Amino acid sequence: MNETELKKIILQSLKKVAPDTNPEILQAGDKIREKLDMDSFDALRFIVELNEKTGVDIPEEDYGKIVTLKDLMHYIMKK
Amino acid sequence: MIEFCMPSLGADMEAGTLCEWLVSPGSVVKRGDIIAVVETQKGLIDIEVFEEGTIHKLLIKENEKVPVGTLMALIIPAKETTPKTEKRLAEKIQTIRPTPAIQTTAGGMIAAGIKSSFKASPLAKRMASEKNIDLSTVKGSGEGGAITREDVEKALMEKEAGIPVVKPSAVENIRLAVAAAMTRSNREIPHYYLETRVDMSRPLAFLREANKQRTVKQRLLPVVLLIKAVAKALKEVPDLNGYWEYGLKLKSEINIGFVVSLRTGGVMIPAIHEADKKTTDELMDSLNDMIPRARAMKLRSSELADSTVTITSLGDENVETVFGVIYPPQVAIVGFGSITEQPWAENEKLDSRPVLRMTLAADHRATDGNTGSRFLMTVKRNLQKPETL
Repeated sequence: MNETELKKIILQSLKKVAPDTNPEILQAGDKIREKLDMDSFDALRFIVELNEKTGVDIPEEDYGKIVTLKDLMHYIMKK
Repeated sequence: MIEFCMPSLGADMEAGTLCEWLVSPGSVVKRGDIIAVVETQKGLIDIEVFEEGTIHKLLIKENEKVPVGTLMALIIPAKETTPKTEKRLAEKIQTIRPTPAIQTTAGGMIAAGIKSSFKASPLAKRMASEKNIDLSTVKGSGEGGAITREDVEKALMEKEAGIPVVKPSAVENIRLAVAAAMTRSNREIPHYYLETRVDMSRPLAFLREANKQRTVKQRLLPVVLLIKAVAKALKEVPDLNGYWEYGLKLKSEINIGFVVSLRTGGVMIPAIHEADKKTTDELMDSLNDMIPRARAMKLRSSELADSTVTITSLGDENVETVFGVIYPPQVAIVGFGSITEQPWAENEKLDSRPVLRMTLAADHRATDGNTGSRFLMTVKRNLQKPETL
């Protein structure tokens, strides 16, 4: 999976869990939850969705490492 | 014969528009079946039936807007085969049907925002009825937003000219529904407020361990412990689980209304039925099922109508304290702020702990601070034994 494909999966997953937001506006350095007004419930569903699409399991203690779009992409690419 | 009426889906609902019947005369229905779809300010709601039987007659046409309590259908109970009471009911219908205009419901439980949209002069009402104009689509220019004869004439002209009627959007409707319920709450309910701090070290450690054993999909959020701790505490302090209806009426079921905020503004409050009897996993399943539907405004009638108490929880990364406004006719709302790292003094030592600020706003007509305090202390105790939740 290259970066473009991963970004597409991330944006699709965000759109699925928060259909009334516009994930396309996210810049690499933006904090995802803050920018899209997602609560902890949305965030958990997003992680579930990412897990299903990429197979990457993000444990709770790593939530702090995936705050921005850039961080999240870096984290998944490394796994 | 069972009379199936337009249900009241909360104190803020005055009328509903029947969009679709999902049954026809002769259909056999059982408890929990969805028999109609009704449009309210809170979106399209699936209306459930709570009796078993056979649909005898449908009395309301699709796209008809009727006040809460209007007879919509007659159902022959499963045990009764012939519609014995039909004649009596037919007479009753005669008395109900000629006045389709919106009426005040008992106890003045009218949503202020909605009421204003229907205030109209008798002449305007008569004209609208003759010319088949839906008053809910007419903007009033009279005193206090009342609809005047001129407003109806204007609406009639626009209708004849083929100008489409613009109905208020879903977002505006939700705003009006919240405004109406909260206005009534602050006008009628003498709130009292209590707050306490909870050391969340134990419950969070318990969750961390529990979640390690689970797949991503099965993970629990801290809020399920909070819901369960509240539900259990209400069994010990039941006075906060009920309605104020000319006196405190306690409810035997503990149905927790959970506030879901919409990104476009406004809130939906679906009920988690019998939360005290659900495990934390079942509570998480309920949230997974209900929250996305609440956000899409696709809830069932029982989910909107059955709450006996409300919880508002801000989740993480938010302010520390929230004091709720009671959703009438309930008598209490429990507020949970975000859990934050804070100084904590215990056993003459100062430490840093994850701290949750828990509040209660309760109806002083129904209970006193002593009851409220006992309840909060019970929730606090429950949270210190997360393994028993």
